[in-house]
Amino acid sequence: MSENGPMIYARGLVKRFGDLVAVDGIDLDVQRGEAFGFLGPNGAGKSSTMRMIGCVSPVTEGTLRILGRDPATDGPAIRGRLGVVPQQDTLDTELTVRENVLIYGRYFGLSRRELRPKIEELLDFVQLTERAGDKVEPLSGGMKRRLTIARSLVNDPELLLLDEPTTGLDPQARHAVWDRLFRLKQRGVTIVLTTHYMDEAEQLCDRLVVMDHGRIVAEGSPRQLIEQFSTREVVEVRFEDVRPQNGALAGAGDRVEELPDRTLIYTADGDATATVIAERGLPPHSTLVRRSTLEDVFLHLTGRTLID
Amino acid sequence: MEGFVQPLRAYEHWLAQYKRVWRGTLGTSLVNPLLYLAALGVGLGTIVDRSQNAPAGVPYLDFIAPGLLAAAAMQTAATESSWPVLGAIKWTRTYYAMTATPLTERDVLIGHQLFVITRVLTASAAYLVVVAAFGAVNSWLGLLTIPVAVLIGTAFSMPLAAYAATTESDSSFPPIFRFVIVPMFLFSGTFFPVEQMPLAFELAAYATPIWHGVELCRGLMLGTIDLLPALGHVTYLFAWTTGGLVLARRAYRRRLFK
Repeated sequence: MSENGPMIYARGLVKRFGDLVAVDGIDLDVQRGEAFGFLGPNGAGKSSTMRMIGCVSPVTEGTLRILGRDPATDGPAIRGRLGVVPQQDTLDTELTVRENVLIYGRYFGLSRRELRPKIEELLDFVQLTERAGDKVEPLSGGMKRRLTIARSLVNDPELLLLDEPTTGLDPQARHAVWDRLFRLKQRGVTIVLTTHYMDEAEQLCDRLVVMDHGRIVAEGSPRQLIEQFSTREVVEVRFEDVRPQNGALAGAGDRVEELPDRTLIYTADGDATATVIAERGLPPHSTLVRRSTLEDVFLHLTGRTLID
Repeated sequence: MEGFVQPLRAYEHWLAQYKRVWRGTLGTSLVNPLLYLAALGVGLGTIVDRSQNAPAGVPYLDFIAPGLLAAAAMQTAATESSWPVLGAIKWTRTYYAMTATPLTERDVLIGHQLFVITRVLTASAAYLVVVAAFGAVNSWLGLLTIPVAVLIGTAFSMPLAAYAATTESDSSFPPIFRFVIVPMFLFSGTFFPVEQMPLAFELAAYATPIWHGVELCRGLMLGTIDLLPALGHVTYLFAWTTGGLVLARRAYRRRLFK
């Protein structure tokens, strides 16, 4: 495979820990410049896949090539060309913001001389210039995440891996991170991320796969997935006291889903469906017509059962 | 070439962290020997010397000073290679930051151990200075206690790093100190000759790396060392170091590259 081939190539990729099958035979092709997402509930195998791609977890079975090379033999060389934003921070909290990038850059064998301007540029990029001399410990979660992103870019990676980059952040901090990632994407950096935030996937990913129980259950662009696995619109209706009998809403849309507090009707035309419901003499307490989102796809594919 | 340079990059991390606290640890490294030598070497030593039955036929201060130096090397190495190793896996996750880069488990391990050696080196140098101030260094050979202290350190830090990398919680460490390190400190020839103990204990003491370290340090500081037994002691400490290194590398690989 040449250097111009896919950034990530996987066929029949399997990861087992003892009896536990974390990744159960997946195929992947991620092209240069793509923003690619892994979506799935906890325990779906996203992080295990990411660790294999990051060349820190040996492949149990199957073929994996990162940047055209085999992680089993060229792990360190591949890692030198990757940027990694792990799920849990690995920052040196006792060191300053600047020192964190410096020490991390040294792991890649970059000299202090070449790192000096690089660090200022990266801290500027993640808007931490003013905190450069401060210790990491008191920084907010969002700032730490941004610092982790700055650090992951120190070696000008060709492929950036982000494992749940915004989990646990407040909305402002999340948007700040997305903004940085969006800029990287515009610069042509190949981005691979895992998330269970649908809005994150819709915002950032050109293409994504939905994983469940170690398998890929759907693949496509956010729009393709919505078209394929959901309808254009969703009508959410709530009834005051008595719910309509089973089947009373049948045919009002393509698919009806009863939830404890509300009923979802998947339909191509939400307003028309709302009218039909009203005409059937079932006036709901409230009606909400909205566009279908990835969340509908996600819940449809991976179920509503709570996974911890 | 890369093989030598890469661990140094990991080592830089530990140095950068140490830069913030070195004054405090240096203070401890000086105060500890001062207290031990004053209380046991001078205080207790006065009584021991009066008995006209001093071990090795030298003032008690001169007898225990090299033993204490050896024991301090063991203590420093054991401490630096237990909590910090588990911490770099579980709490700060420093090791995972390193393995996300071209560094391998070998670089991560050796880089950290170089720092442990640095700590042992500074602690025993401080010890030697204090011992010298008490006038208990009887030979220029005493300077060689520093490299010996490093070897004692690695004989403990390597196996302990292997152990630390396989544990899940820091509650695994106190028993090691309580039942292994402290008994070794007390009964491996530091304070009295092991020949004084019942035979079983005496033989057990010979099996401990620290007894060999104490013998070396004492021989060097008193200037009474014999080459052949010395080579035996060095070989024994080397064996623990290399054995520990092999085990530690395997443990690191299993833990960090799961």
